Amino acid sequence: MTCLLIQLFLTFFVIGLFGFGGGYAMISLIQQKVVTAHAWMTMGQFTDIVAISQMTPGPIGINSATYVGYTSLVNAGYPHWAAVLGSLTATTAVILPSFILMLIISRFLMRYKSHPAIESVFQGLRPAVVGLLLAASLCLMTGENFGTWRESPWQLLISIAIFLFTFLSQRVYKLNPIFLIILSAIVGVILL
Amino acid sequence: MSARYLDLLLTFFRIGLFTIGGGYAMIPLIQQKVVDEKHWVSEPELMDLMAVAQSCPGIFAINISIFIGYKTRGVRGAVLSTIGTALPSFLIILAVALFFQHFRDNEYVARAFRGIRPAVVALIAAPVFKMAKTAKVSLRTVWIPVVAALLIWLLRVNPVYIIILAGVGGYVYGRLEEGRP
Repeated sequence: MTCLLIQLFLTFFVIGLFGFGGGYAMISLIQQKVVTAHAWMTMGQFTDIVAISQMTPGPIGINSATYVGYTSLVNAGYPHWAAVLGSLTATTAVILPSFILMLIISRFLMRYKSHPAIESVFQGLRPAVVGLLLAASLCLMTGENFGTWRESPWQLLISIAIFLFTFLSQRVYKLNPIFLIILSAIVGVILL
Repeated sequence: MSARYLDLLLTFFRIGLFTIGGGYAMIPLIQQKVVDEKHWVSEPELMDLMAVAQSCPGIFAINISIFIGYKTRGVRGAVLSTIGTALPSFLIILAVALFFQHFRDNEYVARAFRGIRPAVVALIAAPVFKMAKTAKVSLRTVWIPVVAALLIWLLRVNPVYIIILAGVGGYVYGRLEEGRP
């Protein structure tokens, strides 16, 4: 078991180190390592893991690392308590590289923040970050998330209503985002 | 554990618990709790942090937690904020793996998430205007976020390149301004 845990650790450390560009980019990296290279699980199992990682709260990278760690050990024939160790190993390993890197960068940033060169770099970055946020919401406006006019017009209408209501309550009335998420879940259960 | 440490852990636990559908979903939560309520970081700092977190490897949400934890309470703060963000995922996934293998097929769960997804998109879209104000985006510079968003959205350009380009652009512009009498 120790051997598999070490392999899991190394694999997810590499994934954490080279996983640029958010959860979805990371998922293809995980798939390549876990399904293709190591054959710790089948493609079908992996697809289920991704679906559940997207559906459950929390960053997708953490969710899938936890789940893959667990499934790898169960598939290798270990009991459930041991599989929890697999989860712990994979999750810690995927966080560790960015933890070290971010600490170094944070220290550097806090020391040199007011340096004119760093300042002008961030002057350029801030408008682009607005663009990133805008892109993040545009990329999520898909038929998968909102429903489509052809297949699910009812879902589309309700989705648009939820979107507008949430947007306005957040922009204008500054309602608590957590409250809005819970509210939309309730609306979903009742209407969708 | 001092109150501040516990506060960090619990705050990020809450944020991790409601970060549904990708790292950017945590931005409105951070804005509300960490910027407006606790004042651990300012809004411009959060934006700088988003650029840094996006260009570093690893998980966006975790990277942001690490920085805020570190800034508030040093290395120990970073450890606690990271554990706080990761812990809800960890516990929920283990619970699903152990007890709810059929979680995915549950009709009520599916419906709840159909409701949550458009709300999350709205929550990510809502801070765009406020952040544009913080970034001092004017009529002269509004093309920057618009072009950046279109490149990422339509042409699927990796955001890391946008950040590198914007950083270099900002640096060059800053030098030019400095050279001007």
